[in-house]
Formats: sequence, structure tokens, C-alpha cells
Amino acid sequence: MLLIRCPYCGDRAEIEFANGGEAHIARPADPMTQTDEEWAQYLYMRDNPKGLIAERWRHAHGCNRFFNALRDTRTDRFVTTYEMGQPRPEIDAAAAAEAAR
Amino acid sequence: MSQAFRVPGRGRVDSARTVSFTFDGRRFQGLAGDTLASALLANGHHLMGRSFKYHRPRGAVSAGSDEPNALVAVGSGPALQTPNLRATQVELYEGLAAVSQNRFPCLQFDFGAVNTLAAPLLPAGFYYKTFMWPRGFWDKVYEPVIRRAAGLGVAPTAPDPDHYAFQYAHCDVLVAGAGPAGLAAALAAGRSGARVILADETAEAGGSLLSDRTSRIDGRPAALWVADILAELAALPNVRVLTRCTAFNYGPHNMVALNQRLTEHLADPAPGMPRERLWQVRAKEVVLAAGALERPLVFEGNDRPGVMLASAARTYLNRYGVACGKRAVIVTADDSAYRVALDLHDAGVTVTAIADLRPAPDSALVRAAQGAGLTVLPGTTIQRAHGSTRVHSVELARLLPDGSVGRGQRWRTDLVLMSGGYTPSVHLFSQSRGKLVFDEELGVYVPGEPADRTRSSGACRGVYRLADVLADGAAAGAAAAAAAGLAAVQAPSWSVDVADEPGRGGYVGALPRRGKGLLAMAFVDFQNDVTAKDVKLAVREGFQSIEHIKRYTTTGMATDQGKMSNVNALGIAADALGRPVEKVGLTTFRPPFTPVTFGAFASHARGDLFDPDRRTPIDSWARAHGAVFEDVSLWRRARYFPRGSEDMEAAVRRECLAVRGGVGIFDASTLGKIEIVGPDAATFMNRMYVNAWTKLGVGKCRYGLMCRENGFVYDDGVVGRIAQDRFHVTTTTGGAPGVLAMMEDYLQTEWPELDVWLTSTTEEWAVIALQGPKAREVLAPLVDGLDISAGALPHMSLAEGTIGGVPMRLFRVSFTGELGFEINVPARHGRAVWEAIWDAGQAAGITPYGTETMHVLRAEKGYIIVGQETDGTATPDDAGCGWAVSKAKADFVGKRSLALPAMQAPDRKQLVGLLTEAPWEVLEEGAQLVARPDEAIPMRTLGHVSSSYFSATLGRSIALAMVAGGRAREGETLYVPMEGRTIAVTVTKPVFYDVEGARLNV
Ligand SMILES: [Zn+2]
Repeated sequence: MLLIRCPYCGDRAEIEFANGGEAHIARPADPMTQTDEEWAQYLYMRDNPKGLIAERWRHAHGCNRFFNALRDTRTDRFVTTYEMGQPRPEIDAAAAAEAAR
Repeated sequence: MSQAFRVPGRGRVDSARTVSFTFDGRRFQGLAGDTLASALLANGHHLMGRSFKYHRPRGAVSAGSDEPNALVAVGSGPALQTPNLRATQVELYEGLAAVSQNRFPCLQFDFGAVNTLAAPLLPAGFYYKTFMWPRGFWDKVYEPVIRRAAGLGVAPTAPDPDHYAFQYAHCDVLVAGAGPAGLAAALAAGRSGARVILADETAEAGGSLLSDRTSRIDGRPAALWVADILAELAALPNVRVLTRCTAFNYGPHNMVALNQRLTEHLADPAPGMPRERLWQVRAKEVVLAAGALERPLVFEGNDRPGVMLASAARTYLNRYGVACGKRAVIVTADDSAYRVALDLHDAGVTVTAIADLRPAPDSALVRAAQGAGLTVLPGTTIQRAHGSTRVHSVELARLLPDGSVGRGQRWRTDLVLMSGGYTPSVHLFSQSRGKLVFDEELGVYVPGEPADRTRSSGACRGVYRLADVLADGAAAGAAAAAAAGLAAVQAPSWSVDVADEPGRGGYVGALPRRGKGLLAMAFVDFQNDVTAKDVKLAVREGFQSIEHIKRYTTTGMATDQGKMSNVNALGIAADALGRPVEKVGLTTFRPPFTPVTFGAFASHARGDLFDPDRRTPIDSWARAHGAVFEDVSLWRRARYFPRGSEDMEAAVRRECLAVRGGVGIFDASTLGKIEIVGPDAATFMNRMYVNAWTKLGVGKCRYGLMCRENGFVYDDGVVGRIAQDRFHVTTTTGGAPGVLAMMEDYLQTEWPELDVWLTSTTEEWAVIALQGPKAREVLAPLVDGLDISAGALPHMSLAEGTIGGVPMRLFRVSFTGELGFEINVPARHGRAVWEAIWDAGQAAGITPYGTETMHVLRAEKGYIIVGQETDGTATPDDAGCGWAVSKAKADFVGKRSLALPAMQAPDRKQLVGLLTEAPWEVLEEGAQLVARPDEAIPMRTLGHVSSSYFSATLGRSIALAMVAGGRAREGETLYVPMEGRTIAVTVTKPVFYDVEGARLNV
């Protein structure tokens, strides 16, 4: 079971959280101006990287707040978690390598 | 013959306490401290089971959890018998009753043993080959026959009467294994003040030291040193020692699962004691001290009872005081077996010969054996073991310098001890996703770079010399404590006076043979009856990957997970492939390390405790009034209230008529409720729901429909505007958590600028639905002067007030099509208010009704149920709710998707009504609809029946359906193909009763 650091509550077990999919995908400000292709892109297309992914988590059985996390999909290692609205943190090579280990 | 093989003065068993037990119904005696295996061996009884495929007689080959052969069922009765236990781990207690497995009719003589003669017909992959044809035979003939002949133990047939505990724990350092390395590690970490958990799968901590009569640590005999360390650990409040506790699963982020057996070793456990406890331990640091497993040798007849691992014989002798035979032949590729030979010799067992596969073994131990007068045969291998239910002789042969094997010579023996060296127990390390690396010098895989915060120490990483093991364990324990953040302390150190060098030698693969021989009976995997020939055959048939070879031959796939077999199988495959072992790779080690009972996993989550049971404030009233309940998500809801001998059909008819003709009372408390409050509440509602909310007046209600961003209906419910900045939102019973989560998602991540607060109020309010033409006359006298006339409180409006002094939100809404009220009161007053209404309604013939009647009444009106009419692919328009979608709003969740061309295709499934020709015919929900009665198979289905009931009000059946282009088909006849017949139906509008809604607006 993963150990996940809620930015508001601290380290908690995975069963307290709900994964919210890829982060930093903003809902278009005016959806009706989107072409069908653009809208489908927003709605369905996700990166699914082998490596670091920025993803949303909700501390469902805790503070119920959403936050973002950087996780390596190969190792399940978390590099960091950060509050909603903050940009994806820059990760140096050493930290990325550590996460991939 | 009672315990004729017991060696007086040896072992840690209590010779003063005799214990009686039965094996296959026969009475035996052992001693307190014995395992079932050691007690049977003390009685000279090696035959403990039959093998899986060939039903070969088998005895214990090991003394621990790696035992593949001696599987027994313990206990009696349909519920209490536990199958597939290893006799080597079953602790003896007075009255223990064990039976062997895989034998018919009895262990000594087994019909299935003819399978041995049929062995050429049961080669590797025989499941895949032999039984593929004819296809229809698989279910009825092959599988039942194979299962009966082959399966391991028999599962209990009655519910498990025991209960199982579950516990989370956190620690700084978890040490898995309490042998020399684990004890040293636990002490080193414990002295630093770290919170330590030390777990060992056996009954007694000490590991190999308990079988060691030779080594002295700081001048103390090894077993006494163990006692000293355990005493110090017991005195440390920060250290917890768990015995009979197997670390079986190493999960992500250092979460290790332990299974602790609490009562299995007791003759008479205290009532109420849990049988096992499952620990989920989150450790900052883990020290693996899992030890190493001795490898068997692969030769013809290596499975004969009386052929054992050398280390096992030493354990039986020194720990249990049992000589496994009278005349031993030892075959080894490693020094450690010489120590076994010396111990046996010292105990009076004749060691006939030590055949050493190495050409020129030479060490202090070898010379000690020679000095003791033992016959050492260098460069000698074993060709075969003879015997049936017990080995009686072996053939030993010289390994010639050119690699060939000389002529065999027969040796009489009743005990063959084999040592192919040691395999580090890397299971847990591998589960933690650490990479294994091949150690050229040792010829085995050892832990490489760890993936988690874990350290391997001692024999499980190929460190075998006792002095080194202690130092390695202490260093790992100290380092783990330091890594967990504790101040570094000096790691303890000890001196060891014996310089044995075990584990430096070893052999991998099948032993060389002279001539053809029967390699088909040289076993690699004892438990799954996989032979060296099977592995070679798999390679010959084209399998290259060890993972494929494993699955094709089933080697390593039995309950022992190939603890003994994996490395030898790898060696044989490598040999057949002509590649070095390290180039063939290793199969994956999967949890559990040893089998864990289902009970331990289920823990308390069984029966009534399987799920939480949510009950409304009115639940107790419904129970007292004979309600029949159903589960709706986690809620327990009254389904109907039978009177006398009524069945559901009769009760529902009566309840329906009572509501339509008078007044019914219904517990709607399970409705999800969310209070949406704030200056931007209306804006938020506008974005979340398809409806428009800005113009909804305070004191008014509106049916709200919610889509996901993909445009499909997600939830619905009536929403009341309590104030300009406050909405009382209801959701479906099952949808409440999802709706709130979706609202929070948008609010927190897309529109954080909105000043809105969301609060789940589902359990704050009890909701009493009062429905029917007489609802107002019942309610009016109770609401403390509130005007609830049609003029003051019309359909789809709400009022705040009190009912008998209790604060109330009164909604004038209807899910029945009748004049109706939903009375919301604080939950703690729910039952009292319900009873007040119940009393007041007696004169009007008030009738309680349940969810079943609610379903019929709403279907008569064509009101959808999300999740019944809709299935995650229905748009509002598909569900007949296009009217609810605001055209004026620039945006709402799902709006853009609804504009996609596919969402407006005319042949989308749409909500319609269906009427059967025969009024009594009630269609089956889920039944498919087709265009023609003689539709060819495969039929093209146009849709399906989503709701179907008998309507007492209409005196006939009704149904709702989702049908392709359904609204344009009104009046058409469609067909419902059922088994044996086809039912014709007419497509209608989805409203069957009071189409104009006259009954609502009164
Ligand atoms: Zn939190």
C-alpha cells in the first residue's frame, strides 16, 4: 500500500485517497468555442507516461482536498506532492533518477 | 515401537511431557516441542503423503516452511479441517488429529500410484496437450477426473467458525527472520532506541542456532546465546518479538504483511481467541534476515521417503532429538553436510559414506570427518535411490575426469542426506522489487540494489559463516536504525569459535548420469511432480524463457512456490538451452511467501460485518412493523410491509392502491443531500447542473439533472432554494458520495474563485414522504399553523417551519404522481415525527410503503431512475429529460459534449414505454428488443427493457425501455425473444398514468 503525503495532513495510507487522473489539464474557459477534435483531446487524451507523471489525488477519507503529486509510474515512488494551482515543479536529474530507481 | 528413533539427551523437546496424536487415524506419541514431522520421524515413520500427479509415496524432505511433500490436513469436522499444512511446521499438541492427502484409499497402498506407470502419458504440458480434444469432454470428463486424482487438500465445506484479528503497526525497523542475523540486527537496532518488530515464522526464535550443537558465541553454546539475546530484547520496551509470525508480503513503500498464528499450536485455546492475526506493518526501514534454503540434488528416486536435506537431519537431531535413520549415506557438494555427518556420528547413527561431488574436498571439516573414521568418497555422485515407501539402498558412482560417470556401486541405507549447497531466501527482497544479481562465486542469485528502504543481511544475501552472519546482522540493524533517524550506536559484536565454511560449494541442476537411466523420476519440483525430464522436454519443444518453461511444466507453481526447486529447474533449463544460468534469468517471486488462510485476509469483514450497514432513523419502526428489507448501496431500506401472509406481489399491489386512493408514508431518508451555500451558490449550480437556477425563486424547487463532462447523465434529484445563497440539493441514494466528489473536483480545481461551500447533509435529515390525495389533510394539523394549501404551497415549492415544534424543511414534491410532501426534520427527531404522522393518519387509512411500491408508482409516471433507465451512455434527451436542459446557459458540465454530432444521432436509444398484449405478462428487466419475431441469429437488438412491473392501478403490466430511435417508433410492435417463445410489445409514451399531471396540482 502506497504511503502518500497529503500537503495538508501529512503521510497517510493509500486507502484514504482517490486518484484523480492526470494533473494540469485545465478545462477550456469557453468549451463551446472548441472544435470537436480539441474537445475530445481535452476530454479523453491523456499522456500515460512511463516515468514521472503529475497527477491529482483527493484525500477522500481525510481533509477531502485535491492536491497534485509527481509519481514515477515505474516504481510508484513519489517525488513530491504540492497544492492545487501550483505549477508542476522542476525536478533535477538526481531526484528523477532516485524516483526511477 | 514408540519413539524408537528418539535420541536421549538431544533436542529442545520436553522428554518429560509425552503428547498423544493421531495420523491417518493411527495413534502415535511424541514430545512437547515436537512438530508433527519430528514426532512421526521419532516413531520411524517417514511416509507422510502422496505426490500430486503420480501419487508417489513421499516423506518430509525438510524441517521447515520449504517442505514440499509432507502436506497434511489438521483438525476434524467440515469447518475446522485446514488442508495443505506442512507437517514440518505443525506443532504437536495433545489430541492433534492429522490426515495425509492425495491418497486413495490409503497412504500405504494407493490406486493413483499407477500414474507412475502412466508417467510417459503425463509429460510436461499434459494439460495443454492431452485433454484438448474432444472439446466438450473438458468440463464433464477430463477436469473432474484430473481434479479428483490430482488436487491438493480438500477445502472445508462449512463456514469457518474461527475469527481472525487484524492490526496495523508502525515501526522504525522491521526485522524479518530471527536467526542469528535477525537477532543481531534486532539487538543493534533495539539498543539505539528504535521501535523494532522482529518476526519469525517458527515457534521459537533462533533459527539455525537451535540446531547447532557445535558453535560457541562469546564462549556460550549457541542456544544459550539465543536465550541471552532474547532476554535482552524482552527487556527493551521498544522491541516487539513475534514468533509463529510469517512476513509473507513485501508491499510498496515498506508495507510488510505478517501472518501470526495464535491458536493453532494449542490443544485447548481460550474461547474467543483469534486464530490468526494479520499485521500490516509500515516500517521506516526493513532488515531482511530470511536465511538460506538448502538445495536438494536431482537424481532418480530423490523423492523416496528417507531421502532428505542434510540440514533437515541435523535439525531433527539437534532440535527435536530425532535420528531420521540408522544408516545414513550423505551426498553433498558442500562442506555443511560434513557437520551433519559428524553430529549424526556423534549421536550413534552409522554414517556409511559421504559421497562428495567435488573432486578433491579439503577443509578442516572434511578432515574432521575423516579423522572421526567416516568414509569420504571424493568425486562421487549418486545414480539412484531404491525403495518404495522407504529408501533401502542407493547407487553411488565415481565422476570420471572426462565428465562421464563410472559404474555404480550399491550401498545399503535407510537415510539419504543430500546437500546441493544453499540458495539465499530472496523472496521478500524480490517482492520489494529489488533487483537480484548473480553471484559468480557462489553460483546463486543474491540481492542487488534494493528498490525500497531495505537491507538484506546474513545467509539471505549469501553470507554464511556464523561469525560473518552475526557481524552482518548487527551492521544492518545499526544502519537501519540510523537511517530511520536514530542516533548511531556502536553495533554489538561477538566472537565465534567455530570456523565452518558452509555454502561455499554447491550444485545446480540434474546430477550427471551413466547411461540412460530414468531421468523421468528425478524430481525437480516435488510438490508439482515436475521432473528433470519435463524441464528438458519443455526446452526441446521450443520454450526459451524461464517464465514460459515454468508455466508449461508447472515447476515452482505449487504452494511452496518452488523454494527448493527454482534454482535446480533453472540449472537444467540453462543446460538444455546451452546458456549460462545467469543468462536464463529468474522467475518472479510472488506473495505470499507461504500460504495464508482466507480467514486471515477476510478478518472481521465477513457476514454482517462485510460492509458497513447504514440505517435510517426510521429503520427501527420499519422493523417493528414487519418490513422486508433490501440493500441499496450501503443502506438498508424497507422494501415492502407485508400484512399477514402477503407475498411481495400482494403487498406491493395493496401499497400502490393505498397511495393512489388515500395516503402512504415512505422513508426517503437515504436520499443523498448536499447543502450548497455561498454568494456564488447559484453560479455554481448553473455550472454543475444542466438546468438553469438563476431565476429559481426562494422557496421553489426544481428537478435537477447532472451530466458528466462527457454529456452522459450522472445523477438527478430535486433541488430546493432555501435562500438566495443557499440550495438544498438531493441526489440519488447511491450517487451521493460521487456527486459531492465531482462537485468538489470542479470547485477546488477548476473554479477555486467561486465562493461556495459544499456540505454533505445526508445523515443530518430524516426525510418522510407523505404521498396521496389525502396527504394534505393528514399533514395540515401537524405543522404548527403553516399554510400548506394548494395556493400557499403549490407543487414544487418548499417552506420552512416546524412540525410538533421540530424544525422542518417541507418540500411539496412527488415521486409518485400524487399530491405529495417530503418532510425533512433533523435525524434525531425522525422517528418521533414519523410516529406523529402515522398516528394522525390512522383515520385516513395511512399505509407505510417501501421501495418496491415507490418503483412501481414512479414507473407508472415515467419518472426515470438514474442507473436503471440510464447506464452511463444516456444523454438527458435519451432519458426523456431534454426539457430540463437549459438552452440559455453558455456553459455547464457536459454542454460541449452534448453538441457533438454523435450525441444527437436520431438512432440513439431513447426512453419509451412498452405494453404487452397480455395484460398479466410482466417482461423481464434486461430483456432485449428486436424488430421481427423471426429475427435471425445473431439478432440485431434495438434496445432493452429497463423497468417492468405489474401496475395494480392500471390493472396491467407496464414497462420502460431504452430503444434505438424509440420516440419515432410509437405505436410500432417490437418483439422480446425469450427462452422458448417471443413476446410482442407495443411501443408507447413512457407515461402510463395521469399524463397531464392533474393529480399533482391539487
Ligand atoms: Zn488531507
